[in-house]
Formats: sequence, structure tokens, C-alpha cells
Amino acid sequence: MRTPTNRERVVITGMGIVCPLGNDVATFWEGVLAGRSGANRTTIFDASTFPTTFDAEVKDYDFRSYVREPQRHEKCSRGPAFALGAAVQACRQAGIDVETERQTVAVATFVSSDGCVERDVGRRTSDVTSRATATEGRSVPTDGVDRTRLGIYLGAGEGSLADAFFACIVAGWDTQRQEMIWERNTQVGFAQMDPMHELEHEPNMAAAHLALLTGARGPVRSCLTACAASTQAIGEALMLIRRGDADVMLAGGAHSMIHPLGVTGFNRLTALSTRNDSPETASRPFCASRDGFVLGEGAAILVLESLTSARRRGAAILAELVGYGSSSDAFRVTDMHEEARGPIQAMRLALADAGLTYRDVDYINTHGTSTLENDSIETLAIKGVFQERAKQIPVSSVKSMLGHLIGAAGAAELIACVLALRDNIVPPTINLHDPDPKLDLDYVPNVPRRMPVNVVMKESFGFGGQNNVVIVKKFAP
Amino acid sequence: MSQARVVVTGLGAVSPLGLGVPETWAGLCAGRCGIRRIRAFDPTGLPCEWAGEVPEYRIQERVPRTYRKAVKLMCRDIELAVLAAGEAITSGGLVTKGIDPEKVNIDPTRFGINIGAGIICCDLVELGPAVAASTLDGRFDLHKWGREGLQLVTPLWLLKYLPNMPACHIGIIHDMQGPSNTITCSEAAAHLALGEAAQVIARGDADLALAGGAEAKVNQMMILRQHLLRRAVSTGTGDPETICRPFDANACGAIFGEGAAMLVLENLDHARRRNARILAEIAGIGQSHSMSAAYERLEPDGQGIRIAVEKALADAEIGPEDLDLVIPHGTAIPQDDLAEARGLAAALGPAVKKIPVWPTKSMLSTTGAAGGALDVVAAVQAITEGVIPPARNFQTPAPGCPLNVLTARRDGPIRHVLCCSYTHGGQTAAIVLRKFEIRNPKSETNPNDPNSNDQNAAGGRGPVSNLRI
Repeated sequence: MRTPTNRERVVITGMGIVCPLGNDVATFWEGVLAGRSGANRTTIFDASTFPTTFDAEVKDYDFRSYVREPQRHEKCSRGPAFALGAAVQACRQAGIDVETERQTVAVATFVSSDGCVERDVGRRTSDVTSRATATEGRSVPTDGVDRTRLGIYLGAGEGSLADAFFACIVAGWDTQRQEMIWERNTQVGFAQMDPMHELEHEPNMAAAHLALLTGARGPVRSCLTACAASTQAIGEALMLIRRGDADVMLAGGAHSMIHPLGVTGFNRLTALSTRNDSPETASRPFCASRDGFVLGEGAAILVLESLTSARRRGAAILAELVGYGSSSDAFRVTDMHEEARGPIQAMRLALADAGLTYRDVDYINTHGTSTLENDSIETLAIKGVFQERAKQIPVSSVKSMLGHLIGAAGAAELIACVLALRDNIVPPTINLHDPDPKLDLDYVPNVPRRMPVNVVMKESFGFGGQNNVVIVKKFAP
Repeated sequence: MSQARVVVTGLGAVSPLGLGVPETWAGLCAGRCGIRRIRAFDPTGLPCEWAGEVPEYRIQERVPRTYRKAVKLMCRDIELAVLAAGEAITSGGLVTKGIDPEKVNIDPTRFGINIGAGIICCDLVELGPAVAASTLDGRFDLHKWGREGLQLVTPLWLLKYLPNMPACHIGIIHDMQGPSNTITCSEAAAHLALGEAAQVIARGDADLALAGGAEAKVNQMMILRQHLLRRAVSTGTGDPETICRPFDANACGAIFGEGAAMLVLENLDHARRRNARILAEIAGIGQSHSMSAAYERLEPDGQGIRIAVEKALADAEIGPEDLDLVIPHGTAIPQDDLAEARGLAAALGPAVKKIPVWPTKSMLSTTGAAGGALDVVAAVQAITEGVIPPARNFQTPAPGCPLNVLTARRDGPIRHVLCCSYTHGGQTAAIVLRKFEIRNPKSETNPNDPNSNDQNAAGGRGPVSNLRI
């Protein structure tokens, strides 16, 4: 394998978001600085009898207003639908054209020298057929991004199961014998299931829709390391650019677990807040009375680009992505390591990768879920890495406002980090009126703080023990 | 320019042909078929009642004594992954916490894991009582579910089915504290995971990693989906052992199955220091995307395959004529096979007529995220044994298929093998395996030389203990 010795610098040239605080970056940031909560009663399905009856939902959103060819995405589930809007915003900001294949790319006319491949086999109106290859001459579109060097890396999750899923089980389950009569189950499945809905349920479909949207022919990957997924996607996308596998990566996350089985799963784990009488104050990271996280949904996409490519295209640079560290707890399925072994390793690796020390970090954007365990262990981890500086560094949780976007959480929160660099202002942790006496860091309670911000660390930890940390820095040529 | 080299030092597999690499490989060499009538559930009523299922095993006997309690948190996908991981680690000569905590011979913080997974479909029987308690007038009622049914779901239910849980369990059993990722690109996932793990090692973030894929598609809902998407064989007549026919004129769809395969990937220097048996080298990886608004199908011209293969060859710094074997994705879905063949032909040029092609799914079935990893294990075996097994169920090439599918076993040295894969949605991947050779004797004879080229190539990211923090 080729392993280039020269490390490309990687910068952020576009950002887009669809989330409970708003469906664009400006509205999201306005909400964060105003300390608004995105939580509300659950409206996506009737959760009125569930242990938790609220969540943080995306509101007033329709992906059709972002794309000219909605028929290509018609059956997509919530996550991919959010991803489309976020990606269009991010590409617009970065100056990357979307849905332009037919103007910029000719129909395939490749032939192998012995003629065993037919000509023009790709002539279909809705297909993207790039001529650019690794060995032939390239056709670079007008936006300056070679599609074979444009990739996608998302942390993304499943779609919601259709009502037909439950109908199958109802039909098949024999209550007296306590067993499934599979033939009945199968019969109902064939009668009621929509094939495309079933396909769109798969977690790699958000990446598939974005590839079709942008014509990306470079590395396209999707990962799901629970709540750490989109930070991992961004970190690995950074590595793909550094290695020279891509010039531009759309990286981030898209997820909605706000569906009956998702909420059931989290409720059974007692991971969700059940503060049903006050959804807006339920997400209260680092607070003594915190009782679980608030389930959110959304998508956040960042355009990562090699500095060379950004300069060549004249793209405006929003920040530099300088470090990534990844580790695993290897401890327990259900709990984090008591001494925060994994998070500490990931944070140290990210600093080392960035060529920075703990003295260089101005602000830490936490995973901060508002669960008892996470907020304690995360505080411990920060103390482990930042030592005597731990109490002087502002650390805050955007989840106090946004809720927990699960697979998309890290990416959405990283956008807040980039904006903190831009505006020299640190987002608050809202609902923090009754600090946990055992948690003694500066959590930026309730109001944002103006201060010089040059380096920000973003942390994400996932169920199952994956820890991912990235570091962004103000861009200096 | 010096290069960081990543080698394969351990193999593990469970497949419809057997528990373990030896059984699976023997089955492949004999051209045996692992496809039978479905045992996991009563398939009556499905258009096709066949699948590739893994032989019986007892998971309790396959995990460390201290971990036996945790098997109740394992769905089938996790079990299969744990089995394959155990074999890979043992065969690689690694002693982990899960094997013997007294004799651990690797640094757990430098041991990563990267697994390809599909979406895991939950066990419907497990939800049966909860759903049954939530019906009103014979229909599922969400109100009743929230009040009553939900309480009947086992508390840790969700943790059984998160796709990252195979990596989580394996990581706990074997104490892998390095980077952990789970790539969820279904049938392309294993190649993508292997590629990413190789990159993690090459850039110096781990000394070694377990990588591969696992998926159990023999679940009523999963099989039903494949029928709805018209990917599965739709005829229940005939012989299950001859029905799956990749690239054959009489191909009529895929047969689905289950399995897992894991490889130990390792930095060459690290492997040398512990005198590991080096089986093959990861020579190149490539990935791209197939553009089709019909997401369940590959684009007809196979461009996404072509680009992935071209990138993998370029990464390996070889040309098509250097390949001794191609293991294609080959599901036996006629239009997908043809599209893949076109993509391969476009990437390989005139050499496509000469390079032997060996599809494996006629024997192993389509095992989702496990498939790509099973193929890479087979590729490593082919290299170390110098054998290309015969292709099964291939008689007449499908019209327009330019591939040189071998129907007779061929013995002889094999230097480079290309494996490729794609998945619904469009992700494509290719990986080139190379027979291990000492390339630069001068710099490679002394593995303890701190100035060796391989270490410099790691780009400055080194062990945690060296960090100045």
C-alpha cells in the first residue's frame, strides 16, 4: 500500500445541518447562543404511553426543497432525508455542485481494447457516469472537484421499521404455543411490506443518497459505532485525505432513532430521561438531578478538503482539522471503564496527532449526554488528560440544547466547535442550575462565554466502548 | 520510497462449509456446496426454502469461562464473529487476555479492531410475547405497546442488535484497546473494514488489528426482504446444491446465508519481532461507488467496480497482468453479475480473458458482510497453498460475460489475488493480496533496528507510551 510521507493539511470548507434547533447552520448557532432547547413532546409516533413521552425532533423539514430530482430519494427514511439537506447546504458553502452530472459528465463511452465491453451501456437519464478514471485522462467538473477524488464518510444508522414489521409478528405469533408460525408471518410480509422501504431501512443508505446527489466516486463508507460514529467518520475521512485517497470528503452523520423500537430499546436500558413534565429542562448534563439523555435526530455534514484542493478552488476556509484519536474501552458491554481508560487514550492520541499538548486547548466540547455515568467518567477523563489545567478550561455540552443525535451527534457538535472558533464564543451547558458537587469543572453554565478560542477538542463516546476525539483549530496559513 | 507494510498473520472463519478455516477451505477445494433447506425457522411459504447455514456449535464452549454469562447478550451475528475472531487470534499465535491472562504477548493498547457488519435484524420470536400483549382487535397497538408490551422486552435488548456489538464483545474478550470501528456497508463492508484496518496500522495508530466481517442473514425478515427486492432465487424446485450459479447462463438469483471471517492484520516489523508466521501481504485497497437510482442494483456498466479495482491495482503498484486470481462478488443475480463482469473487464483490459476467476458464493451463499472477508481468507489460502479451487455450478458463461471462470482446480504459484465486492446502495470495494516476499533485505533483515524504513513510514504516530504529555 502506498503510504505518503508528506501529510496533507486538511481544512473545513463547508458545513450543513438539519437538527432540532433548526435546519441550517445560522439558526442552529442562534439557538445555541440563546440557550434554547430543541426538546418537545414526541410527534413522530404516538409515544404517550411510553416511559419517555418527549424527544428532540427536526421540525418543518422537507428534503424536496433541497433537491431538483426528489424522485431519486422518494422512499428514503428520516436519517438520509436529513442528510440530503445538510449535504446540499455544506456543498453550497464549499462551492461543490450537486445534481449536475448530466451537465458536466458525458455518458460512458469507455471501451476495453478487445471490445468486450459494450459502448454506451450506461445511458440512463438518472445515472451518473463519470469518464474520469485513475489511469485515463480526467474530466474535472466546473467546481474543480474530480469525482473519483470526492468521497463520503458518514456515521449513520437504521431507518424506522414499518408497521408491517409488527403486523408480521402479530400474524405469526401463536400465543398459546408461544411460538412463531412462520408461514403466516411470511404471508403477511409479502402482502404488506414495501420493498424499497425495507431497503431504505439499511444504515448505508444515507451515504448512498449523498453519493447520488454529489456524484462522489471516491471512497464511500458508512460506520456505526453508536454515539461516537460521526466523530469517527470525520476522523477517518481526515485520514483518507491525508493518505491521498481523496481530495474532498463529505463527512458527518445522519440518524434518527426516534421510532418505537429505538425508544423502546433506550427506555429499557433506562438511558433516557423520563422528565416528561418538563422536556425542555430534561437534558441537563453535569447537573446533580440529571436522569438520562434526550433522544434527538438530525444530520450534520462537513466538507473536509486538502489545503491544496481548497486553495486551488479558492474555497473559503472555515477551520483546520488537526487531530484525531480513537480507542476502545474493551471493558464491559454496558458500562464505561471506571478510570476512563479509553477516553483518556483517545484524547491523548488526538493531541499527539495534532502536535499539540494539553496546554494548547482553549475549549472542550464534551460528549456530555446527561446520563449519570457519562458525565462523571468524562469529567474524570478530562482531569486525567488536562491535569492542573482541567478546571481552567471551559467544557460544555451542546446536548443540553440539541438532545442526543446518536450517530449524528459528534458531527453536529463539531459544527458548534467550528463556529466557536469563528466567533470566539463558547456554547453554554443549559439547565445547569444545580451542579453535581462531585463534578467540579467549568461547564459554562447556562450562558455562552466570549473568549479567544483557537483550539477546540471534540469528544464522542459510544455504547460498547468506542472513543473518538477530533481537534479543530483556527486556520492560519 | 519506503512503505509501511501490513501483513496477514492469522485467519478465522465460520461458514456454511464448516466451523473453522481448515473445514471451510477443504470444502471450497472440493467444490462442496453448503446450501441446504433452512433450519433456523420454518421456511414454508417462501419462494425458496434454501440458505447457507453454519453447522451447529455451542457458544458457551467457545468463550472464556469468565465471559460465559455475557453470551445471553449475543445475537447470532455476534456469536459468529466471536467464533471467527477466536480462531484468527489463536492461529496468529497471539495470546490475549481471553486466551491466557498470564501470558499476554501483545500490547492491548496497540491492538485495534475493524469489523464489517450489516444491519442486524432482531429475533422475531424474542419480540413475540411483547407484540402479542400489545394487540387490540387483532392489530398491533402502539398505546398498549408503550404501557404493556415494552415492559416484556428484555432490558438489554437493544445492546444485542447494535451493529458495533460484534466488535465490542470481541474487544472485551481479547482486550483490544486500540481503534475500534464497525463499517456498515453490508456486502462491501468487510473489504472496507479490512482496508481501513490496514490503513490504521500503516499510519501507525495500531501495531495489529483484527478485521473482517460477520452477518447472519438466515432470519425470516432478512430473507423476506431479499425476496421482496427480487435478489433471491425465486424458484423452490431443483437441487439446492446447483441452484446458485454465479456468471452462468442459467443463473437465477442469490441464495442467502450466514458466516463470519476475521483476519489478524499486522505491521510487518511487529510480526517479525514476535516471529509470527506471515501468510500474505495487504498490497492495495480501492473503493468507489456505483451510481444507480435503483439502489438495490449495481449500475449496468459496473463503473463503480471498475474504479475501485483500478484504485486497488494502483495502490498495489501492479498492473492487471500481474494478477493470478480474481475472486469476484458474483452473487448469481444475472444483471448484477453482468455489471460486475463489465466493470472488471473495463478495469483489467485484455488481461481479463486470461486471469482465472473463482466465484465462491455457489458454495458459501451470499453471507452479507461476511462474504468479503470469507473471500479474503480464501485468497490468503490460495496464495499460501498455491491452489485455485474449481468454480462450482459454472457450465455455460452468461451471454456477454467476458470472465475466465475456471471449472477445474489449478495448482501453481499465486502471487497476487484481487477480491472485489459491492452492496445495495452502491458502495464498491477491491483489495489486492500479495504473497509475502522480503522486498528490501538490507532494511528488513534487522527487525530491531529503530531506524528501519518501515518505522519511519508510520508518519510519526507511534505508541502511546512515547507521547510527551
